[in-house]
Amino acid sequence: MSFLILGNASNPLAARRAFLGKSGLVLSGTAVALLAGNDALAAQSGKSREGDARILNAALSAELEAIAAYQVGAESGLLQKPVLDLAVMFQGHHKEHADLLAKTIAKLGGKAVSAKDKYVFPVETLKTQADVLRFAAGLEKGAVSAYLGAVPLFGNRDLAKAAASILGDEAMHWAILRNALGESPVPSAFMS
Amino acid sequence: MMGWSVMRTQVLLPLVIALTATLFVAGSAAGTATVIRGDAKAGEAIYSRCVACHSLAQDRTGPRHCGVIGRRAGSVSGFGYSDAMKRSKLVWNVKTLDRFIQNPMRTVPGTAMGYAGIADQQERADLIAYLAQANSSAVCRP
Repeated sequence: MSFLILGNASNPLAARRAFLGKSGLVLSGTAVALLAGNDALAAQSGKSREGDARILNAALSAELEAIAAYQVGAESGLLQKPVLDLAVMFQGHHKEHADLLAKTIAKLGGKAVSAKDKYVFPVETLKTQADVLRFAAGLEKGAVSAYLGAVPLFGNRDLAKAAASILGDEAMHWAILRNALGESPVPSAFMS
Repeated sequence: MMGWSVMRTQVLLPLVIALTATLFVAGSAAGTATVIRGDAKAGEAIYSRCVACHSLAQDRTGPRHCGVIGRRAGSVSGFGYSDAMKRSKLVWNVKTLDRFIQNPMRTVPGTAMGYAGIADQQERADLIAYLAQANSSAVCRP
């Protein structure tokens, strides 16, 4: 298991937590500022608004599944501290994303999807902490790609900016999870 | 009981496509065509872009991909498709998948798949080759 050391050599884990906590607040705060109370959303044309709401609903669906996946990981008994704390923190970010997306969809006049009663995860393949981390990393990488594919589509550029903000958060999750697995946290200069 | 012709279509067709997944695209010179051969191994890596919403064997935000080759669009039982996808009348094969993956929202306006698409022809061919090959893998066997 390896982690990045962030400035505080005497207590790197505390430093990383502090860094992640602050950066998460900045990202979600920016996104909320972008969207909450943004009357331009309601003023969009009907077709554009409908299309944006549809894209956001797909993102919300994936966020809700990610929340459930982290819950499975947290309750698996396979995650040890401080990895468990990281997983719970990342789950918290996904909850913030989901909350923001649901509110924005409503603002656009759409109906936000709800969490499914049951999600099916490949729990039979999750036998170690590394298995859980690898599974989570795959979902986070997929989320980065999904947001990357959504950003150019929004009719409202504020929504594109907010989606890019969430993308940045997912990319950090992916990098931290890869690092925790002992893999290169940033394996390439570009994401696709 | 599954007839041979049906079984041949369901079992052999994806296998053949997996082995020979190719896209014929217009070349730069008149009267020529460039053959794009898909590499399933490379396609597996590209599939990592899809896994926030899709998996091979399970319906998630998007429908499962096992059995996608030869399947009518919008036809996985119990999955909540958009009306646009249900009405699309597409049948997924190398050609239709290539068109959809290149630009989902242009190919099926109103689709719930809010994704800009994969512009690179080779990447699309690789991804389709992977989907075809995966269909005959253990994870897709009932």
